[in-house]
Amino acid sequence: MQQNIENNKDHDMRSTDAMCINESQLEHKWYHKMKYLVLGILFGIVFVKAEIVSWFRIQEMFRLQSFHMYGVIGSAVAVGIVSVWLIKKFNIKTIYGEAITISPKQFNKGQIFGGLIFGLGWAITGACPGPLFAQIGAGTSVVIITLLSAIAGTWVYGYFREKLPH
Amino acid sequence: MKSKNQLEIFKIQNKIKMIEFLKQPWAWYVAGPLIGLTVPALLILGNKTFGISSSLRHLCALCIPANIPFFKYDWKKEVWNLFFVLGIFLGGAIAIHFLGNPDPIIVHPKLSAELATYGITNYNHLLPEDIINWQSLFTLKGFLIMVVGGFLVGFGTRYAGGCTSGHTIMGLSNLQLPSLIASICFMVGGFLMANFILPFILSL
Repeated sequence: MQQNIENNKDHDMRSTDAMCINESQLEHKWYHKMKYLVLGILFGIVFVKAEIVSWFRIQEMFRLQSFHMYGVIGSAVAVGIVSVWLIKKFNIKTIYGEAITISPKQFNKGQIFGGLIFGLGWAITGACPGPLFAQIGAGTSVVIITLLSAIAGTWVYGYFREKLPH
Repeated sequence: MKSKNQLEIFKIQNKIKMIEFLKQPWAWYVAGPLIGLTVPALLILGNKTFGISSSLRHLCALCIPANIPFFKYDWKKEVWNLFFVLGIFLGGAIAIHFLGNPDPIIVHPKLSAELATYGITNYNHLLPEDIINWQSLFTLKGFLIMVVGGFLVGFGTRYAGGCTSGHTIMGLSNLQLPSLIASICFMVGGFLMANFILPFILSL
């Protein structure tokens, strides 16, 4: 019982201000994680080949000069909506037979303030967090500095979190 | 015998054509659905919700938690996310080395005309090497673009509780209103920066 409460607390903490959390209660050996590495590799290849990680494509998007990025994001969301709907409708389970759960998101003002701040950064660097990793892989080594700075930004947010309006 | 050779040649030609095709920039209607499929893939592989900016938080929790409550959790439970972003890094390297597009990036003529006024003329890479390089890191312009820009990305995504992947793709896939609000704010911030603030930074 005590163990359960501790587990829930940890899950609550991890899911605070986070979209991506591990909902699974199962524990596996480390090599089970390799499937996420493979998925990440495929994802990274698409990122670079569709030039989603290109600073130029982001500039075009925010100047309404190209449909490319809107097409990418729009069709990704459409496929995502249908997939999540199908998973819920047919009660599809994970490959380990676990029920799939997605926690709903609570509204707070952080989504507005933080969203605007991230938008400013996105248009300067031409990258959201995912593309930062792909840009380094694609050979622009100086992006390591941008990534370290993004990690620092996350840390500073954590430090001042209680004092910020939410 | 002759026809067998012709068949071989035909096969090799097809293979070359395929690689040439893959080296071209991929269209949005190929890339978008593939990215969208990441959502069900992560859910079905292990009940994981798609999101990338959280990896930055896990790295904080791993390296410098500093007793901050926000970083005090069992990051080992989220280590899958770090494997995923390591994969993105490797995928970027694979795409450039084996499927790299030899031609410069083609951008809208209006954009290239505008960028030329700031001295950006190199389109050989995904990023403008004229401004994003190690030397310019120590200039005010480079510092603002790389260091301040990166800080805004890290601070803003965590404050918003997600980035383009977590909110715009995963959140909207699950029809979450907060994610729609966040995504609209991402776009507003981006429009403001690209059209009104970035021109000043680039002209420094």
